[in-house]
Amino acid sequence: MADTTQRPSTTLPAGGSVVAATSKAEQRRLAERRRRQKIWLARALLLIGIVSLWQFSAGRLVSDFFIGRPSEIAETLYIWAASGKLFFHAGITSIEALLGFLLGSAIGMTFGVVLGRAQTLADVLDPFIMMFYSLPKIALAPMFILWFGIGIDMKIYLTATIVFFLVFLNTYSGVRAVSREQIAIMRLMGASESDILRKVVIPSAITWVFNGLRLSVPYALIGAIVGELIASNKGLGYLLADASGQFDTSGMFAALIAIMMLALLLNFAVKWFEKRAMPWKTVEDKREMSI
Amino acid sequence: MVPTTATVAASAESETADGAGIGPASAPAPTLISYEEVGKTFETLQGDVVAVRDITLDVREGEFVTLVGPSGCGKSTLLNMAAGLFEPTTGTVRYRGSVVAPYNQRVGYMTQNDHLLPWRDVMGNVIVPLEIRGLPKGEARDRVEELLATVGLKGFEKSYPSQLSGGMRKRCALARLLAYDPEALLMDEPFGALDAQLRLKMQIEIRRLAMSLGKTTVFVTHDLDEAVSLADRCVVFTHRPGTIARVVDVPLPRERDLLGLRHNAAYRDLTAELWDLLSPDLERMED
Repeated sequence: MADTTQRPSTTLPAGGSVVAATSKAEQRRLAERRRRQKIWLARALLLIGIVSLWQFSAGRLVSDFFIGRPSEIAETLYIWAASGKLFFHAGITSIEALLGFLLGSAIGMTFGVVLGRAQTLADVLDPFIMMFYSLPKIALAPMFILWFGIGIDMKIYLTATIVFFLVFLNTYSGVRAVSREQIAIMRLMGASESDILRKVVIPSAITWVFNGLRLSVPYALIGAIVGELIASNKGLGYLLADASGQFDTSGMFAALIAIMMLALLLNFAVKWFEKRAMPWKTVEDKREMSI
Repeated sequence: MVPTTATVAASAESETADGAGIGPASAPAPTLISYEEVGKTFETLQGDVVAVRDITLDVREGEFVTLVGPSGCGKSTLLNMAAGLFEPTTGTVRYRGSVVAPYNQRVGYMTQNDHLLPWRDVMGNVIVPLEIRGLPKGEARDRVEELLATVGLKGFEKSYPSQLSGGMRKRCALARLLAYDPEALLMDEPFGALDAQLRLKMQIEIRRLAMSLGKTTVFVTHDLDEAVSLADRCVVFTHRPGTIARVVDVPLPRERDLLGLRHNAAYRDLTAELWDLLSPDLERMED
């Protein structure tokens, strides 16, 4: 340890004359990278600490009936993964969350753009939308079971309903926030309503849309998991409920961890799409700050 | 066109009678934009605000007119009405003889804020008006390349507005303005935020382009030097509510050297004179 930290300080002055030629930006980047490494190291240590404490206290300080045991959780996860059970159920949940997410956000975006451009219609619908928005969407689950049964489609619709409102409200705000001057300038160029929609409104609302999409990811999972908890025989929510029914604490934690992993994956996917959809944003972020 | 009456009207309006041969009076042209007894009142929460009052002004075809006056004297309001963004409260604004309707598409408007689309690169921004017009893609791109060369933005096609300096953004906005080839250019303090050198460069550019393309230009500024050096005719406004204090034919040749104007006696005298005319207003603004 001591050796590695010592080395840079001895080599730096030696190659100083050459290093001095390399730009300040290079040095800043190196410093930034070192900082990132430290952060990751701290995170890893924290995780190891928590897991060790957990492992130690399980059965000693707290009964492992309540908190499971990390080694057992890992074992359960390994068995599920090896038998393919994990991927089957995770796949089901992913499909529900993903299709619900796509359906809900497609309808949400369409409504957001249309109502954003049609003030009167938006005013008429406003109280109804707010009424439905205030309703906890989970409360619709029993109704959805009645309508769609307990199959995969019920979870898709439940997820879509939750995602719809988040994406709709964000898209609507985004469309509303489009600068009127910008639109006037386009009108002077002879732009039609469809030109304005395609060239100004939608691109300028897209930041908001992605805001809504990013917010929706955890909610999409809520829809899918809750749907499975209520009535299902497959999916991660079912695994969770099943483990709980058998008082298998490690199984419950294993299912929770799998759900967390799925959420991370979905978040990552949205971020990736966001980057592709808005290349100008990346450019803006990279630019040096000036106030 | 009725050449004889137009000539009489034009020469009757010009104030300086001694502009023989050098002023714009030597090239009379029909009126393009005319303000007849125009007044505009804005309703605000604090009550009505009279922006401009009793404005009667004709802008002739091919003319470079500058509107100069203290900030907030309603110069921009006049441009907005010529573009048809809103109607005057009293009087009429006409364009080629007919009352201006919403969105006068024969004018190009360059505002203080350049209003570039941040999600499109330079090429994408300048091509917008051509896309709207439905020009084939290849042809449109060639035309944009040409325009970018004209305004000195060659090589920046792929840059986003956030990557450009203030002056480059203005050039980009200018290229976009020229892309749809409007009859008249309305410019609202387009170079306000630029440093002195860049500003002069852009002024030279805009004057050259307006002359070579034969564009009628109405240019709003609060900078007297800019107003005089660019104009064929300079309209001086009073403080709010804006009224026309004076209309001056600038006694400088149409082809002029903006760089050397500093040493031009006629230019110096005129700016000094207008400065005196505007200064009582400046004092009042401090109250």
